[in-house]
Amino acid sequence: MVPTNYYLILSAILFGLGVLAFVFKRNIITLFMAIELMLNAVNLAFVAFSQALGKPDGEVFVLFVIVVAAAEAAVGLGIIILTARNRRSLNVEHVDLLKL
Amino acid sequence: MPILENLWIIPLLPLLGSAINGLFGAKWSKPVVNSVALGSTGVSFLCAVEAVREFLAGGSQPFRKEFFDWIVAGNFRAGFDLQLDQLTVVMLLVVTGVGFLIHIYSTGYMAHEEGYYRFFSYLNLFMFFMLILVLAANYVLLFVGWEGVGLCSYLLIGFYFLKKSAADAGKKAFIVNRIGDFGFMLGMFLLFRTFHSLDFSTVFAAAAKPEVAIEPIGQFGVLTIACLLLFVGAIGKSAQLPLYVWLPDAMEGPTPVSALIHAATMVTAGVYMVARSHVLFTHAPTAMYVVAIVGCATAIFAATIGLVQSDIKKVLAYSTVSQLGYMFLACGVGAFGAGIFHLMTHAFFKALLFLSAGSVIHAMGGEQDMWNMGGLGKKIRTTFLCMLFGTIAIAGFPPFAAFFSKDSILFSAYNYGQNGKALYAVGLLAAILTSFYMFRLIWLTFAGEKRYDEHKVHVHESPLSMTGPLMILAFLSLTGGWFAAPALWGGKDYFAEFLSPVFGAGEHGGAESSSLEYVLSGVAVAAAFAGLIVAWRMYAKNVKRGTSEGVHKLLYNKYYVDEIYAAVIIRPLMWLSTNVLWKVVDAGMIDGAVNGVADGAAAVGDTVRHTQSGNTRSYAVWVVVGAMVLLGIVFWPILHPALFGGVR
Repeated sequence: MVPTNYYLILSAILFGLGVLAFVFKRNIITLFMAIELMLNAVNLAFVAFSQALGKPDGEVFVLFVIVVAAAEAAVGLGIIILTARNRRSLNVEHVDLLKL
Repeated sequence: MPILENLWIIPLLPLLGSAINGLFGAKWSKPVVNSVALGSTGVSFLCAVEAVREFLAGGSQPFRKEFFDWIVAGNFRAGFDLQLDQLTVVMLLVVTGVGFLIHIYSTGYMAHEEGYYRFFSYLNLFMFFMLILVLAANYVLLFVGWEGVGLCSYLLIGFYFLKKSAADAGKKAFIVNRIGDFGFMLGMFLLFRTFHSLDFSTVFAAAAKPEVAIEPIGQFGVLTIACLLLFVGAIGKSAQLPLYVWLPDAMEGPTPVSALIHAATMVTAGVYMVARSHVLFTHAPTAMYVVAIVGCATAIFAATIGLVQSDIKKVLAYSTVSQLGYMFLACGVGAFGAGIFHLMTHAFFKALLFLSAGSVIHAMGGEQDMWNMGGLGKKIRTTFLCMLFGTIAIAGFPPFAAFFSKDSILFSAYNYGQNGKALYAVGLLAAILTSFYMFRLIWLTFAGEKRYDEHKVHVHESPLSMTGPLMILAFLSLTGGWFAAPALWGGKDYFAEFLSPVFGAGEHGGAESSSLEYVLSGVAVAAAFAGLIVAWRMYAKNVKRGTSEGVHKLLYNKYYVDEIYAAVIIRPLMWLSTNVLWKVVDAGMIDGAVNGVADGAAAVGDTVRHTQSGNTRSYAVWVVVGAMVLLGIVFWPILHPALFGGVR
């Protein structure tokens, strides 16, 4: 059986990659995928703990996260499509109306 | 319903009148405002008469009742306690009676003025506070009335508040009175510290014990200090040297106000307070002596200024200051009864004189300078006769009121210790001057050629609402002193006897002092005649306003006291206020602190706002940094040894 530590380390690496991608990439789609990556890294940690502790709580949480992620993906993609239409660009640097 | 048991109703009525007129009077017609103001004062007067009747019917026992607790803190209690004794009876009848007459007069005098309802609201409020002052049974409640009448005085002096001189005069009266009130408060504190109470009955009972007077503060007894402090309050309120300067300026107010507040009632509050505290004063001979000296000095000082004034109301104002000096002289030599007697007769004849002067001013269409009058006697005969009554009364001719009251003051002064003769001499000189300046006023105003333009001024007699009170007061000025008249032919001085339960037995001795009294009375009448003759020689014939030189100029400019005060006190105070308190403390420190906080916040915001770049990914970085910091804080205890290579 694979030790829980391995799952957690993998989860941390995936989360870190997601953060780095979110901070450094400019394409909105990529940012979106980075968010999904972070969510799934957390999901991995949840199921790992669930298995290690022998309780179903973590798996229940994962299902919640997946549902929320699906809803978020629907809203987020809608926003992305509108942004792309209005600005003819997917570069996040160009979305700066809040700037002083 | 017995009024005596519900004594609070007497002051409450004017308060109600004031509140009703003040709140609703603006929209009401003058008759309605009149009926509220006159009704409340008149009913209050009737209640006072009924209360006095019950008091006398009940065997003249001093009445005292605690209506409710007002301030209770530790062993200190100041209640809404009212009392009625012989002294209060005199004050109560003078205040409500003269007050009511002046209210009637005001309906005529103020008929064409703006702010009619406001005037009567203030006037009623004044009546309320004055009644609280005379009915109070402890120093704290007395002080409420004391400050309240000061407030009303301020409001009414500055009644024409659009006129700068009137507004300034109001402020001057209020500020000068603050000095006196400060002394009064210190006196109250000292009394409370000594006697642990401010109720009249408790304080006076405790003060009568002999061991109190010898408890020393420095080299004086505690009672001497307390009495002197209380007297400072009286100096401010009753316009004595050196705080008298506000009273002449107070003539900026409407004339009925001058008559009611600045002649008949409020300014006598100091005399009343000293007389009320006579138990304390009689145990403090040094304080008594100071009172006598100040009173005597003020009497002569103000009289000399009054000799040369040209404004008819200013003459009367200095006359008031001078007569108040007489009252304090009486209190100072221990003749409290004579002081209160003069207070009462003065209330009659000085209210009469002021109201007559008001009638003259009314007739002249606002002119107050006597050099622009003359020959008015034929045109406004009623006013002239009333004013003549008042003048004869104040000059001290028998059988008018002041003959008896002034006579008993001078007699008491003459019999007072080793310096009594000097006090008597100065008082007598002031009497000559009084007679002179009052007859000067009469001749300048009513006799001789007219010195005004008849085409511009339509001289007319005042309506009955004004002359009616004049006639009543003229009658009182004639008869007000007759209580004491039997003493002249060996009978009793009924006024002194009436007050004797309060002040103790009078100091009038037996037969041998009686002959002395005849001589002194004769001298006083001769003094009044002397003043009259000199005034007649100088002013009865055609007179022209002369140039002002030498002593005349000094007197005309009131000894330059206002200028001296301005140079010695006001100017340095203004400099300090402007250059230190305003420019350094206020503008520098207070504004600096407030503005500094605001500027600091703006500067911090200006710097920090650059973190709000509007760039999505920079926000993400902040989120990450925040998360790292939080993680760092949470895991610090675990990471700490690991970071520094420590191994468990």
